[in-house]
Amino acid sequence: MITWVGLAVSVLLVVVAAGLSAALGLRIERDIVVAALRMAVQLAVVGGLLTLVVSPHRTIWWSWLWVVLMVGYAADVTARRSPAVPGLRWVSLAAFGAASVVTLGVIFGLRVFPVNGRTVVPIAGMMVGNSMTATVLAGRRVVEEIADKREQVEARLALGHDTAAVCRPYVRAALRSALLPQIEKTKAIGIVFLPGAMTGLILAGVSPAEAVRVQAVVMFLVLAAAATTTVVVAVGVARRLFTADLRLADTVPRPAQ
Amino acid sequence: MDGRDVVVDQVVVHRNGRLILDGVSAAFRPGAITAVCGPSGSGKTSLLRLINRLDVPTSGAVRYGGVDVAGLDVRELRRRVGMIFQRPTPFPGTVRANLRQGAERSDTDYARVLEQVALTASMLDRDTADLSGGELQRVCLARTLTTEPEALLMDEPTSSLDPDAARVVEDAARALAGAGMTIVWVTHDLQQRDRIADDVFAVGDAQ
Repeated sequence: MITWVGLAVSVLLVVVAAGLSAALGLRIERDIVVAALRMAVQLAVVGGLLTLVVSPHRTIWWSWLWVVLMVGYAADVTARRSPAVPGLRWVSLAAFGAASVVTLGVIFGLRVFPVNGRTVVPIAGMMVGNSMTATVLAGRRVVEEIADKREQVEARLALGHDTAAVCRPYVRAALRSALLPQIEKTKAIGIVFLPGAMTGLILAGVSPAEAVRVQAVVMFLVLAAAATTTVVVAVGVARRLFTADLRLADTVPRPAQ
Repeated sequence: MDGRDVVVDQVVVHRNGRLILDGVSAAFRPGAITAVCGPSGSGKTSLLRLINRLDVPTSGAVRYGGVDVAGLDVRELRRRVGMIFQRPTPFPGTVRANLRQGAERSDTDYARVLEQVALTASMLDRDTADLSGGELQRVCLARTLTTEPEALLMDEPTSSLDPDAARVVEDAARALAGAGMTIVWVTHDLQQRDRIADDVFAVGDAQ
């Protein structure tokens, strides 16, 4: 177990990072210290709230409310990271919602983990947090694909194709780009690095065999979540790049004439 | 009024605060090649895009067979009025895969459309990445012909081709017009205009 003294000693590591920045003239010491402080405050608040939520006397609905807020916040962060992608807020809200239903449905519906305050919020947190990068990437890539290949896209439209048929190759390419990093990460687990959940469990005294089982479930969860969110976002964003009468929307950049 | 007449009526196009077309009117008849001429930036490409509904006019109307294209099913319109772009727009894959994007047909049918553009069925399995610019543009033309269009909009289709390849595309267009197709051909090449055009429409002059 980590004592308060142990925690205080670990702050030395932040001093090391800030010291390196100062020594090398990177001028990010302030950012490092602010980030570390902010993280500590955020974790303290989350820890306090989690303590309330995971209490066995508390109704499970508080945990589900937390999940809903988390999904809303993730959709907002995703949209803010890619302001050029039209309508991303609502599309990513649908994406994280769909991923929650699919993944949490399997994990809790089939009793992989028991439904209680101790499991719902952390599992949902790992699912949302780990699929956000792929979701942002899918939204950006689909816009870039369709803008870069505008001539091909218009040639498909001119052949009388509908939006779904026109978008298919570009959505596929965007999904491959967005999902490959997660697939590579999954492949490298256990060889190149030990993932956080497993490491945390082992540090907390859980047997490595049990930690591995939990980590495997988490990785399957993250893969399914990333696949679901990216598909919903790529298809949803692609549709928004076309008008109802099958033209490219004005939001798609035109080549210089 | 013939069912394949294309009529542009007082169209105005504004884009990003810029006037692209200012009250343009024109009629394109079936069985003829109409060359659309005009200086760069005069709106020749914009005019073609309105007919295919890749763009919509700010005001005015485009009619096909006497019907406002805004009221037609856009996919049906685009299959009846095909469009060839200035630069070849091949899709990745073989020539056959490209033709399939136009319409699912037999290899015999594909051989027939390839013949219309002076290519042969031996091309079907070739990857478009291995074709010359002239061959690519003809594959794109053949791809559009698989939809059996009644009219063809050609936006400087030979501008990136060598003279021999350009002549092949011109001959193909002449044969199609001879078979009754309405062809609107944008060009800034006056010699080409004189070679191919039955009618001439000058965009800059008409505005």
